[in-house]
Amino acid sequence: MAKAPQSPFGLFAIDHLLSEEERSIRDVVRSYVDDRIKPEIADWFEAGQIPARELARELGQLGVLGMHLEGYGCAGMSATAYGLACLELEAGDSGLRSLVSVQGSLAMYAIHAFGSSEHKEQWLPQMAAGETIGCFGLTEADFGSNPSGMLTNAKQDGDDWILNGSKMWITNGSVADVAVVWARTDGGIRGFIVPTDTPGFTAREIHRKMSLRASVTSELVFDEVRLPKDAVLPGVASLRGPLSCLNEARFGIAFGTLGAARDCLQTAIDYSLNRIQFDEPIASYQLTQRKLADMALELGKGMLLALHLGRLKDEHLIRPEQISLGKLNNAREALAIARECRGILGGNGITLEYPVIRHMNNLESVFTYEGTNEMHTLVIGEALTGIPAYR
Amino acid sequence: MKIAVCVKQVPDTWAEKRLRESDRRLDRESADGVLNELDEYAVEEALRLVEAHGGEVTIVSMGPERAAESVRKALSMGADAAIHVSDDGLAGSDALATSLVLARALDGRDFDVVIFGSESTDARMSVVPAMVAERLGWAMLTFAQKVDVDGTTVAIERAGDGETVSVRASMPVVLSVVEKINEPRYPSFKGIMAAKKKPVESLDIASLGLDAAAVGASGAWSEVADFAARPAKAAGTVVTDEGDGGAQVASYLVEQKLI
Repeated sequence: MAKAPQSPFGLFAIDHLLSEEERSIRDVVRSYVDDRIKPEIADWFEAGQIPARELARELGQLGVLGMHLEGYGCAGMSATAYGLACLELEAGDSGLRSLVSVQGSLAMYAIHAFGSSEHKEQWLPQMAAGETIGCFGLTEADFGSNPSGMLTNAKQDGDDWILNGSKMWITNGSVADVAVVWARTDGGIRGFIVPTDTPGFTAREIHRKMSLRASVTSELVFDEVRLPKDAVLPGVASLRGPLSCLNEARFGIAFGTLGAARDCLQTAIDYSLNRIQFDEPIASYQLTQRKLADMALELGKGMLLALHLGRLKDEHLIRPEQISLGKLNNAREALAIARECRGILGGNGITLEYPVIRHMNNLESVFTYEGTNEMHTLVIGEALTGIPAYR
Repeated sequence: MKIAVCVKQVPDTWAEKRLRESDRRLDRESADGVLNELDEYAVEEALRLVEAHGGEVTIVSMGPERAAESVRKALSMGADAAIHVSDDGLAGSDALATSLVLARALDGRDFDVVIFGSESTDARMSVVPAMVAERLGWAMLTFAQKVDVDGTTVAIERAGDGETVSVRASMPVVLSVVEKINEPRYPSFKGIMAAKKKPVESLDIASLGLDAAAVGASGAWSEVADFAARPAKAAGTVVTDEGDGGAQVASYLVEQKLI
């Protein structure tokens, strides 16, 4: 007789590794995603539009935005709790998690880590509340993996700064109230806080995406944007600034991708139990079971890795190359799981009636952004050999 | 205003529930425990009343050790304090025994209003609020879809089959609420952090001064004599449409007294 099926994370007894508080946070975000996001997400994805401002306010009320930062209206939770929230958000959609990553780990983190106390007072409380949306400009059309070649520059003009150049693939760009923009200056690469209503600033939304359709992606253009002296982030004058922000976001992605993968795998398991071919559910065939078992293994291993990284981060012991382990592995395996699940769902797997192809297409972006698969591989290669192969 | 909200931990509403062969009771270990959904509406209503009129909200729950998680969830929504009655001797309590325990825990603490969800998703009897009101000798306003407080008067609206009834009573009162009443908030992360530091008073049969024989399985007035699994669904009737499909479906519905 058939036993009651266990969930993949249940099989790994993942709950055993979480505190009651961590489980509460996970449960709250999961119910928000179940109630608010899942019923609408397929429509948003198909339309290529999301109510970003409304969602930001709701996420702000929950406390998700900048939740791992201390003070200034932020919740001050652990890195692990932040990871678990990312996982649940991305079980909804990678676009939703991207909105939160960019707001909290890129824009807010940059201000929190490198801003003056006036910057923090001015921007962080309203960003934590979701009243103000931020974006983060580092990547340029011709400088992705190699941001040190950036062309965007800022020159001093009396007491002011004049910003020129452009940034590409900027999540939240067209809905943002404020952009943290990294630019070349005579004194090294500096970060600037740029309100998006500053004359000379334009954001053009990128259309015809087949991935992250429930997320706003834009090009930012700066044409003689005049900024006051205190627009510059005082805390850093090198690529260490933006790269440390990216480490925060990549950490969240190591967890987040597992959410998308879990949603695919659970969907495929349920589907395989109900889909009858040759008079039996396809779950009863060994070929299907092998796929499910292999996927559950990768999902569970990815979660153990992510939780390990979370504990390291909470003890302030984590190193950037360790975050690369998590981002590389979990984005890669999540994408592989999504593709395999798409196959299990057969023809039904290609429609938005099921979440699988949506996650699969989203994960193509996640595989590339925040450090490509190749760059993280080379970071790990350098850690193992001491030789930087990307230079 | 001092409000108490009585909450219950129930097996996850969406999980498959099983009865144990040994004692014919629900196997609570087979499913995750969650805060009874309707109780979230009760907590929300209490929080809204206190936000509008001032006061404090105390969560009251009877249940095993693990029910502490559901108590904490109610606290993380914003309640101020909690009373958790837990005792191995309470296992197997029926509605009468439960109402005895809750009434004893509530009595003498100067509560003005006690709010319940109108039913639990496991037992689904809806009688405990009325039993508690009776034991306390308080007015009882059940199945409220709207609550207004004016001074010491509590007024509710209850939806009937054809009409909406307005009922009023003076404090202290026992209320039960239906899900139409509000939209419960999500606990915020700050609420989750704060809940860890809120006071939870632990009580048991002895500290409530109850007779152990009056509660638990030994004190139950009824018992489950037997149970059987629901029979498998029978195959449906297939109607082939030869121009009269609609009429055939309609006559089937009439036959079943559905229309």
